[in-house]
Amino acid sequence: MNLDFSQIVPSMPYILKGIGVTIQIVLASAILGFVLGVILSLCKISRNKPLQWFADAYTSVFRGTPLVLQLLLIYFGLPQLLGFDIAPFPAAVAAFGLNSAAYISEIIRAGILAVDKGQREAALALGIPYRRMMGQIILPQALKNILPALMNEFITLTKESAIVTVIGALDIMRRAYIVGGEKFAYLEPLIFAGLIYYVMVMGLTLLGKAVERRMRKGD
Amino acid sequence: MINVENLHKSFGKNEVLKGISTTIKEKEVVAVIGPSGSGKSTFLRCMNLLEEPTSGVVSINGQVITDKKTNIMRVRENVGMVFQHFHLFPHMTVLENLTYAPMTVKGVSRETAVAKGKELLQKVGLAQKANEFPSRLSGGQKQRVAIARALAMEPKVMLFDEPTSALDPEMVKEVLDVMKSLTETGMTMVIVTHEMGFAREVADRVLFLDGGVLVEDAPPAEFFSAPKSKRAKDFLEKIL
Repeated sequence: MNLDFSQIVPSMPYILKGIGVTIQIVLASAILGFVLGVILSLCKISRNKPLQWFADAYTSVFRGTPLVLQLLLIYFGLPQLLGFDIAPFPAAVAAFGLNSAAYISEIIRAGILAVDKGQREAALALGIPYRRMMGQIILPQALKNILPALMNEFITLTKESAIVTVIGALDIMRRAYIVGGEKFAYLEPLIFAGLIYYVMVMGLTLLGKAVERRMRKGD
Repeated sequence: MINVENLHKSFGKNEVLKGISTTIKEKEVVAVIGPSGSGKSTFLRCMNLLEEPTSGVVSINGQVITDKKTNIMRVRENVGMVFQHFHLFPHMTVLENLTYAPMTVKGVSRETAVAKGKELLQKVGLAQKANEFPSRLSGGQKQRVAIARALAMEPKVMLFDEPTSALDPEMVKEVLDVMKSLTETGMTMVIVTHEMGFAREVADRVLFLDGGVLVEDAPPAEFFSAPKSKRAKDFLEKIL
């Protein structure tokens, strides 16, 4: 047994700086994924066949292929078509955002369908327009029910963001890997990185519980 | 006020309304009764297009609402509806339930909407519940709030879809009392109900539906004491 954390102490601030990178990627992807997810879920429940078809096909493709493949396609593949390079950060946000939108759209769709259809009828009977009805009557109720599932998705996103290491973005994972290479000792920096991810996920879990308590005040 | 001509409605192969025609005058209170599955609720729901008629014409205040060109959202502003299961917005307080639609649909200012909302809560006897969430209310209280919510839009017509059917027996009266006081304000009302005593007391007319057909259309005194059709006789025998 040869576990010596003292040798990576000088590199800890370097690894910790990755938290900022990871958080930026996760936050931007989560927002993109959520917004796209809402739009896709509305397409899925609309009566417009082409929109339904598009949203279903989208989900099918993004759920049916590996995330790391999507990331590599965007980072290494897309420049071949576009003729210019894409920086790691936007490539990561695009891949994670587009991918999680597929999952989030299914979560939100289920949430919307679970809201009593009487809510929709009551809103219609009052002459409330579609956008307001969805935005202020149906979605807030749906969100309350799907919050645990959404939190799951954001936790997955936080951890999966570690695969940006394959395109060289300097997140927690990449930094731990670099430190490991420098010191010829991978175990300590990787355990340290694992600890950081775990604390971040715990933070998210607590945040989720706090939000849930707030939303349940009307019950 | 409301004119219905040869209204048909089918759900798939199941024809629920088989050509109903009637006219409801301004300030008239009409009770719609009949066995379950007779099409009463569907008939009511066609009057604000929660159900789209398969064929036939419905017009309200001379406006043909079954015409595709009619802006149905505009029409619904003037047609209040009360549901069997209340359908209050659970994430809003009682007062917010009353102010939301006037503010967002009609552009009423917050002060005006709140004042109006409080006045209506007073009228239905729930002023002290303004800041409660609906989950804290009893069924009867929820239904009174639902009536107030519909009235907050200042509709010309009120539609009631079995407003007391989901209530515990001891709460039926408080809701009927509110509806009764509403009839005294001259509101045009169409009420689908199983409360025969109430229908007899407050309705100007009774429409008896059976099997998607309007079988009888008579004043309550006449209908309840001397129904013309055998179907109405059978129905009344079963429930009275």
